[in-house]
Amino acid sequence: MGNTLFDKVWDAHVVKKIKNGPDVFFIDRHLVHEVTSPVAFLGLKNRNIPVLYPERTFATADHNTPTINQHLPVKDVLSANQLKALEKNAAEHGIPYWGLGHEKNGIVHVIGPENGITLPGATIVCGDSHTSTHGAFGAIAFGIGTSEVEMVLATQCIMQPKPKSMRININGSLSFGVTPKDVALYIISKLTTSGATGYFVEYAGEVFRNMSMEGRMTVCNLSIEMGARGGMIAPDEKTFEYVKGREFAPKGAAWDKAMDYWKTLYSEENATFDKELHFDASDIEPMITYGTNPGMGTGISNGIPKAESLEGGVATYKKSLAYMDFNEGEEMQGKPIDFVFLGSCTNGRIEDFRAFASIVKGRKKAANVTAWLVPGSHRVEDAIKAEGILDILHEAGFELREPGCSACLAMNDDKIPAGKYAVSTSNRNFEGRQGPGARTLLASPLVAAAAAVTGKVTDPRTLLQETVNA
Amino acid sequence: MAYDKFNVLKSSAVPLPIENVDTDQIIPARFLKATERKGFGDNLFRDWRYNSDNTPKEQFVLNNPIYSGKILVGGKNFGSGSSREHAAWAVYDYGFRCVVSSFFADIFRGNCLNIGVLPVQVSPELLDEIFKAIEADPNTQLEVNLPKQTITILASGKFETFGINDYKKDNLLNGFDDIDYLLNLEDQIKTFAANTPL
Repeated sequence: MGNTLFDKVWDAHVVKKIKNGPDVFFIDRHLVHEVTSPVAFLGLKNRNIPVLYPERTFATADHNTPTINQHLPVKDVLSANQLKALEKNAAEHGIPYWGLGHEKNGIVHVIGPENGITLPGATIVCGDSHTSTHGAFGAIAFGIGTSEVEMVLATQCIMQPKPKSMRININGSLSFGVTPKDVALYIISKLTTSGATGYFVEYAGEVFRNMSMEGRMTVCNLSIEMGARGGMIAPDEKTFEYVKGREFAPKGAAWDKAMDYWKTLYSEENATFDKELHFDASDIEPMITYGTNPGMGTGISNGIPKAESLEGGVATYKKSLAYMDFNEGEEMQGKPIDFVFLGSCTNGRIEDFRAFASIVKGRKKAANVTAWLVPGSHRVEDAIKAEGILDILHEAGFELREPGCSACLAMNDDKIPAGKYAVSTSNRNFEGRQGPGARTLLASPLVAAAAAVTGKVTDPRTLLQETVNA
Repeated sequence: MAYDKFNVLKSSAVPLPIENVDTDQIIPARFLKATERKGFGDNLFRDWRYNSDNTPKEQFVLNNPIYSGKILVGGKNFGSGSSREHAAWAVYDYGFRCVVSSFFADIFRGNCLNIGVLPVQVSPELLDEIFKAIEADPNTQLEVNLPKQTITILASGKFETFGINDYKKDNLLNGFDDIDYLLNLEDQIKTFAANTPL
């Protein structure tokens, strides 16, 4: 029986196996941000031990940071304190720190790939569940808790039982207006929010092969939303092309050596998975969520499913709809919205801004909509300007903010007010996720753009078609 | 960080019969700004527990004095979402030492084990019985026996065994944490690191 991609990378990183226990698992690269690290650094201090490999550790500030006036001191005292703590801890331990204002600053899962920190066949962790993003490169990447952050800082290892394996195959071609975000929301709606718990997922098939690296990042990013610890895609020429020449990627002879390893990273034809699923690309349409977990998504033309069509969880379903103030069976299209959020580690990259701009170009922001457009990093911000996208946005009545996690998690100043509806390109629609009482509709950048210019939930295909015909 | 040893816990339990309780409910992100691990229990289930003017929501279970104990019993898929260990810290800091559910999200389960909170996964049937028993008598006593890996409703004697790997069990019984174990492997880790391709 042949090995899976996941087996190959996992097994190459096991320092020691413990009988009836976890593996001692080696971590190649550790990403650190301000929220989940201070208590870990405090732990090192209390034990009086150093960071074992500062050169394998990279720190940035993203969760707490304001997305306007970043040149001014951070007003929120607790946020400022947490940012200061990371700066101090990084300096003390010799860890590169890309804080507010640094040219490499941005959301941790955006800057990892941008700077060549994210590599095929690597193991990557961060105290953040969306670390699964980096699986797009054929890395094993997953989120960890603060106790584990401390373990990695101290020993570059964690204690981790090997998860089960799942392969999700999608063949065929995606229809017009269907994006990687829709593919992910479709899968989660089929599996539910816990359907992949205990598994590590490999995404395979034509849809993922044909997807850009940024699209693959969006899909892998959302793996955690169906409970999977992570998701990965076998590296190919597209992957190598993306990585080559980036600052922290191997160079020269090291590159050749790495390529020899990377070219072995695929699931053997006779490899078996603990679970294997197949979907058809042509069944997927632009998606939107109607409830309070990412599994509660529907095709935009389908409307809200009836309680009896769902398996179990009727109480949860009713509680969700009550929170959203929606009724079963209702159409999603035409529902008025108040906010649009484009950004986050899920959809805060240049392709997401290109997609958004493709719809708002020549149109105007709806008067009833407040729009927060937040690049995932300064590099993304620079590209938005260089490609003329900023001009399109300005002409349509939109402003661009500065990089950060922004309205994804209601930790900084960007919070959606209670009772308001936000079409968001981020990753979670939990109760209060974007602010106490806020109501989130997760969707792609295209659906977000269509909502931004019409002021309501709108099928982006209609607008795209008008643009094509014009 | 060292924590209390876990052996046999006999306690009444607090019922939260809601599915998919995510970590944003357990502790909203705006309460993650501390640089030390203390005080998180005050904000456990913050937005279910308090109104926006900080007055308690009387109907929420933590505000109902008839329920108390060191065991929290939650619905299926408990702890989904974020990797924030603060969620487990909030549960611990509030005074819970054990969470019972029919299904746990991965990262939350791991975080609990790392800080001395025992996650006990039971069958949907037993979970249902526990909820019913607490509904009938809020003082229903549960016994969680880690050495034997059993959970028992003491009044009826109904019990189930639960799973935990030997390594983690040993850690909890003795109050050990992983870092001590890993630090002892430092030479082996360094040799391994020197031979990694990346």
